[in-house]
Amino acid sequence: MQTITVDIAIVGAGGAGIRAAIEVAKNNPDFTVALISKVYPMRSHTVAAEGGSAAVRQETDSLELHFNDTVSGGDWLCDQDVVEYFVQQCPHEMIQLEQWGCPWSRKPDGSINVRNFGGMKVARTWFAADKTGFHILHTLFQTSLKYPQIRRLDEHFVLDILVDDGRVAGVVVLNMLEGELVQVRAGAVVFATGGAGRVYRYNTNASVVTGEGMGIAYRHGVALRDMEFVQYHPTGLPGSGILITEASRGEGGVLLNKDGYRYLQDYGLGPETPLGQPKPKFMELGPRDKVSQAFWHEWRAGRMEHSPQGDYSLLDIRHLGKEKILERLPMIRELAIEYMGIDPIDAPIPVRPTAHYTMGGIATDQQCESSIKGLFAAGECSSVGMHGANRLGSNSLAEILVFGALAGQGAAMRSKEGVKSNAAALDAQAKDVEKSFTGLLRQKGKEKWSVIRDEMGLAMEDGCGIYRSEELMQKTINKLAELQDRIKKVGIVDSSIVFNTDVLNLIEIGYGLDVAEGMAHSAMQRKESRGAHQRLDESCKARDDENFLKHSLAYYKKGSAPRIEYGPVNITKLPPAKRVYGAEGASQDKQNKEKGNG
Amino acid sequence: MADAKKMLLKILRYDPEHDSAPHFVPYGVPWDDQTSFLDGLQYLKDNVCPDLSFRSSCRMAICGSCGVMINGVPKLACKTFLRHYPDGANVEPLANFPVERDLVVDLTHFLEYIQALKPYVIGNSRQPKDGPNMQTPEEMSRYHQFALCINCGLCYAACPQFGLNPAFYGPGAITLGHRYNLDSRDHGQADRMRNINSENGVWGCTLVGYCSEVCPKHVDPAAALQQCKVAGALDFASSVLHCKKNKEACHVD
Repeated sequence: MQTITVDIAIVGAGGAGIRAAIEVAKNNPDFTVALISKVYPMRSHTVAAEGGSAAVRQETDSLELHFNDTVSGGDWLCDQDVVEYFVQQCPHEMIQLEQWGCPWSRKPDGSINVRNFGGMKVARTWFAADKTGFHILHTLFQTSLKYPQIRRLDEHFVLDILVDDGRVAGVVVLNMLEGELVQVRAGAVVFATGGAGRVYRYNTNASVVTGEGMGIAYRHGVALRDMEFVQYHPTGLPGSGILITEASRGEGGVLLNKDGYRYLQDYGLGPETPLGQPKPKFMELGPRDKVSQAFWHEWRAGRMEHSPQGDYSLLDIRHLGKEKILERLPMIRELAIEYMGIDPIDAPIPVRPTAHYTMGGIATDQQCESSIKGLFAAGECSSVGMHGANRLGSNSLAEILVFGALAGQGAAMRSKEGVKSNAAALDAQAKDVEKSFTGLLRQKGKEKWSVIRDEMGLAMEDGCGIYRSEELMQKTINKLAELQDRIKKVGIVDSSIVFNTDVLNLIEIGYGLDVAEGMAHSAMQRKESRGAHQRLDESCKARDDENFLKHSLAYYKKGSAPRIEYGPVNITKLPPAKRVYGAEGASQDKQNKEKGNG
Repeated sequence: MADAKKMLLKILRYDPEHDSAPHFVPYGVPWDDQTSFLDGLQYLKDNVCPDLSFRSSCRMAICGSCGVMINGVPKLACKTFLRHYPDGANVEPLANFPVERDLVVDLTHFLEYIQALKPYVIGNSRQPKDGPNMQTPEEMSRYHQFALCINCGLCYAACPQFGLNPAFYGPGAITLGHRYNLDSRDHGQADRMRNINSENGVWGCTLVGYCSEVCPKHVDPAAALQQCKVAGALDFASSVLHCKKNKEACHVD
């Protein structure tokens, strides 16, 4: 097995991973960085983000308002010290990207333009038409090419981490084209491996978003935090799940049921706002959890359109007019035409809620370091504590920049400590990884990973969807346990070592199953409703701050259900209050203001 | 797709460890009006041949992973639909790149050329504390189209020149370099033009224009290369004029 030694290994080359790599390289010219990814960097899922990235920009806005929106949007499960750091850093990161060449959309005078987004009181979402993630990722990738000390290991799949004496010492990766394992020794490791949306059957995520980064940390004893909080995006295309950006509503698009009625007004988001005059935190500019929950109720009441790909609502942007649609939402139009045969200039787009984002992830401290010294995590794979029970749209692109940079800084500091690892012990660990990988390559059996994947995905939707109940979650838990047995009987057909995605699919789904169990058991144990975790059982329908204003922590237990523990939520400035939008939200704001003045 | 009709796809298979040469294998794929070629390939991998290798990620035509030849034309598998091929189709790896396995090609050259042409802002010392650069929509429109390249490589598979000379920087990489040359925030044109104007740069392009025809994002790399040629020629002209003015410093053979 080849061994290479670098100062820092970064796993994942999406937005968070590349941002971390640049941060290390620009501050430490003598450092070498291995930037490892199972795909070429520009194939990472950051590329598919559409609507924009949040950072306070306007004079009418303030860091405090961004903070308040994020904390209340997360139903008070956010660590407020982390959110405070986040909102402070966002403007710096957006400007930095601008100076690296990101084509942010502009006002006629050449200054930066911002748009409205759900749950945000003031327009503060920086955007590049509706291809913001694409432009951010390509700007970062292209900028990273300036730094010769960033050594890319493209199409290298991470199999495991190396740990010596409680401290991370590197990773073992598979060179997918050569079929050879490589030991990458490093003074610190950053995981920026993305979310786990593909454990759900219908989702907005790229096929690479399978959760093995979370799974690897989890099997090493790091807690997965707040895993029960999985975001359903209100507007995915039926069947494929392809994302139709929230910016469609930010720009003024409306959601209709089959009777042409803007149903959100019946679910705490009204009163109805005039067409073409979107109002922050009202109606279609509500937060994603509430908008998806409203769909669920309308669907249950039989007021949605039917199709073989599932029932759907209608997203109408026709009133924006052709010119604005072409300027602000060109990709949405292209997607609707290509994948639905519908031109949104002429007809509403069929949409339905679709699994989208994991609020939880690898538990880290405020500096993005996990419980294994030197192992950092940033972006969707991580839980630094900022999203709480529901993430606001446009906070995740900002997150990958702010915390990607921070993780890079932290990793550089750890690596500088220069702790020497026991080389013989690392070699032995790497040998074990090789042995288990070879075992998988030769695994025989009648099961198929594709069947396991699909059964897992449907079980997660049934039990851990928009609304949950004890009975449905238990069924899902039982199904996942059954699949844990069956996955050991999956036969590998591919006998080649070159680009063997047969065995890689099996590995991804194996880790995905662990992560799914973390989600389902965390959900089962949280006997309340908060943010994206909504329960139908009688005693669990309300938020219960007395017992559950705390983070869940799922710990891996080989061969059995995870152990669920809880940790404190750091509340500094904004005490828990009722989470309200629409007219009720406006009146709460007014009362707070009067209190503040009085 | 349970009782759906099946379409015949002939896929060029190649396993370097076991096959002496690539060969077509026919497969039946169930389909309906929404089935893309990527869906078809995934169906085969899930149900028929788990050892079929291809690249994919976003399945919405923005990540650039799934370029293949469909009936000899470079296409993204995720946004090409079976309904347009009622008589079936041949699926092959992207032309002009070395084949690694089945539909997976080696893109190393392409990635190296992107890096060689320095697609990043050069010579702008502004810092975040100084605030964003100003850039009007008109200034942005000069380069914006060329910033839409998803690096899928279809233009390389279409380019006869790259087929003949793999050292040619090619449409995608030159377009990206040109994109930064046109950006009002950048001052790196002279630096980039050394490579763009070199033997393996724009002058290798023979103006076939097929690159722009196959580009799935309408980036129009052929236009970028023609603009580069003009810029390169102007550079040359101005250097000649410069030489005439400074005869003592000029060494023209």
